Amino acid sequence: MPTTKKQVTVWIDGTRVMVPEQATLLDAADAAGIHVPRLCHHPNLSLLGACRVCVVEVEGQRNPVASCSFPVAEGLKVKTSSPLLRRLRRDIVELILDNHPQDCQTCPRNGTCELQRLAYELGVRERLFEGERKRHATDASAPVIRNPEKCILCGRCVRVCAEVQGVYNLSQHHRGFANVVAPAHEGQMDKSVCVQCGQCINVCPTAAFVEQDATESVFEALADPERMVVVQTAPAIRATIGEAFGYAPGTPVTGKLVTALRLMGFAKVFDTNFGADLTILEEAHEFLKRLETGARLPLITSCSPGWINFMERFYPELIPLASTCKSPMSMLSTLLKTYYAEKEGLKPGKLFVVAVMPCTAKKFEARRDEHRMADGRPYTDAVVTTRELIWMMRCLGVDFRDLPDGDFDAPLGVSSGAADIFGTTGGVMEAALRTAYEKVTGRELAALDFEQVRGVEGVKEAVVPINGLDIRVAVANGLQNAKTLLEAVKSGAKRFHLIEIMACPGGCVAGGGQPYPPAGMHVLDPELAKLRARALYAIDAGKSLRKSHDNPAIEALYGEYLGGPNSHRAHELLHTQYQPKSPRGIP
Amino acid sequence: MIQERSGLTRDDAPALPPEVEQFVKEVAERPHPESYLIAVLHRLQNSVGYLSREHLNAVSVRMKIPAAKVTGVATFYHFFTFTPRGRHRLSICMGTACFVRGAGAVLARLQEMLGIGVGGTTADGLFSLEVARCVGACALAPVLIVNEKVYANVKPEDVPRILEEYGFDRGAKRK
Repeated sequence: MPTTKKQVTVWIDGTRVMVPEQATLLDAADAAGIHVPRLCHHPNLSLLGACRVCVVEVEGQRNPVASCSFPVAEGLKVKTSSPLLRRLRRDIVELILDNHPQDCQTCPRNGTCELQRLAYELGVRERLFEGERKRHATDASAPVIRNPEKCILCGRCVRVCAEVQGVYNLSQHHRGFANVVAPAHEGQMDKSVCVQCGQCINVCPTAAFVEQDATESVFEALADPERMVVVQTAPAIRATIGEAFGYAPGTPVTGKLVTALRLMGFAKVFDTNFGADLTILEEAHEFLKRLETGARLPLITSCSPGWINFMERFYPELIPLASTCKSPMSMLSTLLKTYYAEKEGLKPGKLFVVAVMPCTAKKFEARRDEHRMADGRPYTDAVVTTRELIWMMRCLGVDFRDLPDGDFDAPLGVSSGAADIFGTTGGVMEAALRTAYEKVTGRELAALDFEQVRGVEGVKEAVVPINGLDIRVAVANGLQNAKTLLEAVKSGAKRFHLIEIMACPGGCVAGGGQPYPPAGMHVLDPELAKLRARALYAIDAGKSLRKSHDNPAIEALYGEYLGGPNSHRAHELLHTQYQPKSPRGIP
Repeated sequence: MIQERSGLTRDDAPALPPEVEQFVKEVAERPHPESYLIAVLHRLQNSVGYLSREHLNAVSVRMKIPAAKVTGVATFYHFFTFTPRGRHRLSICMGTACFVRGAGAVLARLQEMLGIGVGGTTADGLFSLEVARCVGACALAPVLIVNEKVYANVKPEDVPRILEEYGFDRGAKRK
C-alpha cells in the first residue's frame, strides 16, 4: 500500500478504518481484516483490474466495483459481502473454470493452484455454464513451459516479465476469446528473448507456466544399478525447503535435507557450496588480476544463469566484463566428472550428477554446449528445482520433520559460511570481499559482516577500502534493477570495480524454482526474501569456517589437482565463454 | 564509459520503407514516442500492404519497443493483417444497416466468384477480401469499398461488373 501522511476514513462492513488517501478499497478491506477474494491482483505488480473477482458494493454506486482499482474517499461505506457479491464472484470464477481444462487431479499445480483454491472458497460446487473452450498447444521447447489452455489471462506473467525483470518477453495477443499470452509473433519460448528465470511460474495462479520436469530421469537413474547417482544442493535450498514441511519461512534445515537426500537413494550428497567457495577463489583472482593489469572493470559476477541469458540477449557488449568463472553448480559438476571420478576410479558414464537448484534457468545452463564433456554428455545430468525435490520427497513418503541431521559427504561437501550466503542478493559480493580483502592486504579481516551489501533493496552500492584503494561495489537483484545499474555503468555516470547481479528479485532464495509461498505470504514479497536470507546469514554466523580461501578441501583440491587459482587446468575446467544470442532483447 | 560494440541490430530486421523510417525518426523527437506505435504500424501496412514478421521486428528495434509488445498490439486490431494482400482490397461492410439490406448476399457472391474466404487473397494476387464493421455510411447500405473507392447500394448482381473494373476475367475463372 502506498504511504502518505494524509489519512481518510472508510467504513468496511460497518468497521471504521483509517487508510492513506492513495489506498484502494482492497487495501482498506485488508486493513479491516477482510481478505477480499482476488485473482489477477498482485501487490508487487502494476494494477490490472482484469478479473473482477474482488468486487464490492459501495454506497451510492449503482453497480459493484472492483475493489483493487477503486480509490478510497473520505466517508465511503463499503460492503464486502452480500448475496449479490457472493453470486457475482462465484459466477466469475465459474466462467473462468468453464474455459479451463478440468483436470485438477492430474495437474502439476494440484493443491497449490490459486484458481482451484478460489473455486473452493467461493463455493463453486457445480458447473452451470458449459460452452466452447479455448484450444492451444503446449510449448515445451524450453525449461519454462507455457500452457495457454490453463491460462486465465490474469496478466501477472506479462507484468512480472516486463516490470520486474525488464525482459518483456510476453504479451497478450489477439482479443476476446482468441486472447492468448505469448512471446513475440506468438513464437516458441526457445526462439524468444526469454531468460528462463521462471518468475512467470512463480506468479502464475495456475499451471499456465511450469518448469520442465526432470524428476522422472532422476528416479530412473536412481533405479539403475549401473549408475552411481550423486546429488549437489544449492545454497538457497536449505533456506526454503522447510516451508513445504511446515517450518516457518527462514528456518534453515541443512541437516534434514542431507539425510532426506540419502534416504532417497543418492550415493553421495555433495554441496554446491563447495563450488561456491571455489568460484570465490577463481573470481577473486580474476578480479585482482584485472585490477593489477588495468584490464576492463567492473568485473560482473556470472553465477546467475538468468542474468547470463539476459546479458547475452540484452547486453552482449558487456560480455567482456563478465567473469569467465562457471557457476558453482557447473564447477562442482565438472569436478565430479573429472577430479572425483578419477580419484574414485569411476568409469566415465557411471556417474549421474543431479543438481537441486532454486532455479529454472539452471536447467538451461546445464544443457549449454559450454558445459558438456568432450563426448557431448553434460557435466550436470539433471537439474531439479526445489519444488520438484519437494514433490519427489512426498512421492517417496520422506518424513522430513522426523529426520535426524546429516552431514554432506567429503570432500566436495565441505564449505565455508561465505558459500551459504551465495543464495541471497549481496551474498556473492560479501563472500568475494572477505577473500579479496585478505588476499590483497595479507591481514586478517576483523569484521566479516559486510552490512552495506546486505538487504533486499534492488540496487545497493558500497565503498570498501582495501589497502588504501577504495573498492567501489554494486549489487543488483531483479533484472529491471540490473538494467538501471548497467545503464548507469554504460553511460559512465557510475563507475565500479565489482558488480554482483542476480536475476531474481531477492536472489536465489526467491528463485524461479522455489516453493510457492505459504499461506499469508506471496511471491515477490520482500519480507519473504528477507526471512529466507536470514536463514542463510544465520548458518554463516554459526560456522567457524567463514571464508572461502580457508576451506581446507579447496586448498587440497588446488594442491593435488588444479595447481592454483586461475592455473591452466583451472581455466580449462572451471572457466567458460559467453556469446551474443539472437533474437536480441530491447534493453 | 563502455562503447557499444554492436549496435542495436537484429539479424532478421530489414530496413523499413523510407517513408516509415522517416516517420519513426520524426516521432522519436516528440514526447512519448512509443505512443506512435499504432500510427507507425498503420503507415507500414499502407506502404507494404501487410505487416511482415521482419518488418515488425524492425519496428521493435527502431522504436526500442519490445517485440512482444509490438506483436501484441498489432494482433489486437482486426485492421492489421499479417499476410500479403491483393493488389485490390475489397472490403464489404457488415455493419447492422448493411447487413439488414443484404450485405451477406453480396459477400456470398464475392466469395463464390473469387473462390476465397474472408481474409483471403486470390492466387493471382489481384484481390483480397475483408469484412468491415460499420463504415459510417449507412444511408448508402450495403456498401462495398474497393481500395479507396466506395460503391453504394450494392446488389449481388452488381458484383461481376465491379470486379471486372479491376481486371477480373470471368472467362478465365470459369475454366
